[in-house]
Amino acid sequence: MANITIDEVAKVGVLANLPLSEDEKKLFADQFSTTIDVINQLNEIDTKGIALTSQVNHLENVTRPDVIDKDRILSQEQALSGAKNVHHGFFVVKQILEKDSE
Amino acid sequence: MNKQIHELSVVELIRGLEDRHFSSVEIVKHYLDRINRYNSELNAFLYVNEDAIKQAEKIDKEIANGNKKPLLGIPLAVKDNFLTVGLPTTASSLVLKGYYPQFESTVTKRLLSAGAIILGKTNMDAWAHGSSTETSQYGPTLNPWNLGHLPGGSSGGSAAAVAAQLVPVAIGSETAGSVRQPAAWCGVTGFKPTYGRVSRYGVIAMASSTDSPGPIARNVEDAALVISAIAGADPYDATSSSKEVEKYHQLLKRKNLKGIKIALVKEYLLPTMRTEVKTLIHNAVKHLESLGAKVEEISLLDPKYAIGVYTVVMRSEVSSNLARFDGIRYGNGREMFGDEAKRRIMLGTYTLSAGYYEAYYKKAVAVRTKIVSEFENTFKEYDAYIGAVSPGPALKLGATKNEPMFGEMQDILVEPSSLAGLTGAGVPCGFVDGLPIGLQITGNQFEETKILDIAHLYQQTTEFNKFPEKYQK
Repeated sequence: MANITIDEVAKVGVLANLPLSEDEKKLFADQFSTTIDVINQLNEIDTKGIALTSQVNHLENVTRPDVIDKDRILSQEQALSGAKNVHHGFFVVKQILEKDSE
Repeated sequence: MNKQIHELSVVELIRGLEDRHFSSVEIVKHYLDRINRYNSELNAFLYVNEDAIKQAEKIDKEIANGNKKPLLGIPLAVKDNFLTVGLPTTASSLVLKGYYPQFESTVTKRLLSAGAIILGKTNMDAWAHGSSTETSQYGPTLNPWNLGHLPGGSSGGSAAAVAAQLVPVAIGSETAGSVRQPAAWCGVTGFKPTYGRVSRYGVIAMASSTDSPGPIARNVEDAALVISAIAGADPYDATSSSKEVEKYHQLLKRKNLKGIKIALVKEYLLPTMRTEVKTLIHNAVKHLESLGAKVEEISLLDPKYAIGVYTVVMRSEVSSNLARFDGIRYGNGREMFGDEAKRRIMLGTYTLSAGYYEAYYKKAVAVRTKIVSEFENTFKEYDAYIGAVSPGPALKLGATKNEPMFGEMQDILVEPSSLAGLTGAGVPCGFVDGLPIGLQITGNQFEETKILDIAHLYQQTTEFNKFPEKYQK
């Protein structure tokens, strides 16, 4: 039986940029253990020397001509149309640098 | 014509339009009236297109001018994870509440240029995470066969809308079972094309290595017609295939199954499965044999391992795909994600994180190789394999509560095919407790024509393709 701790859930929550309440952390810790148990069944299968499959469509190195496709360019107005917070034609984001961290 | 408009297939509607039995405006009004009447109890549609009648008026002029397009004048519904300009797109999540896309998905673009009218956007599990439509942040969709039961998912709104005859055909998307499973639970036809056959451009991503858009229809012929319209290479999706697209609906010609070899997968008759479901699958075997097919029992890897692989692969890809939703450029903040999305994002983050990547992700994609090569060997000898789509009939509302692996368990029998990128049909094969059961007929990559042809003949020669009494009028 896997045993995922509340601390581990809290750490993953930070990595995943998801705000979690204390109740959620506890609930998810229990539920993650259940899920990890299902995944751990894979250890019953011998995979020594087996190649990895990350895609199944047999295509490799798909390229396109390096030309501008105007159909795919959004105008500034379109690009900003869904944003809640804009300033002089820019998206407003949270400040990530402190003033004295130059 | 004796039949009412909502009793006609897409193919019959097209014929009726060509013969001027009715106009596109009449079809659209008929369906809008039905949506108006029934959607409040079913919650299949999240949004209805207010311009639909205007669009139909334009199309009626095109028809009068003798224009010919494959879906000219046909209304259809689209799952809410396809970007549609002018119609809100939320993937049933509050994170995207109020979002209007800036560009059109390739699938809907192709449907529109084929002359179709988008009647509305259908409910789904939020972000397509689930097999119940119960994780929708706009309330669950109910199963038209029994309102106390779930429609399946994630394309549950699309499946319920077709089953209740609120629309003649609908678009869904599969990551592993999300078209075939709700179609099975709602007693309609679902079709999953080969991975890469239909473009993913403009579909809100779940697991990019298995996502496959596909139709939910009244019958196989209609599904084939829609795939013919949406399939094919797309420069905007580098994983789309440039293999030629066939006119699938014109190739459904079999009168028997002589020369066809079908495998019945022993492990897919799960020990926990109800006897009634197993009996229906054995009946399907007998029927396929009576049509001339040779059916043999084969053994494949226990599907419980596909759950393990799928859980890791899907959650890892989900954690990456959903990282972009931060409420800065569009939508709302990450605190709006529901529990299921949070669980999947976090578990994927965990399986990809340093120290766990080798144990979980690498292990899973190695087992994926085994699943793929098993199928490669199977299709050297067999044209298709069959089994149930889902282990049982539609479960009751609330069944997902405290079941963090609910979706995986209901999709256990189709997950292997999705991991290998195969194509497959789901067609009704009988009823248990008054609820429909689906038969999967699954084939090798790019064998759409063969699978549709077998499924079409099966459907034409059986009596299971029914619609719930309550919504007949």
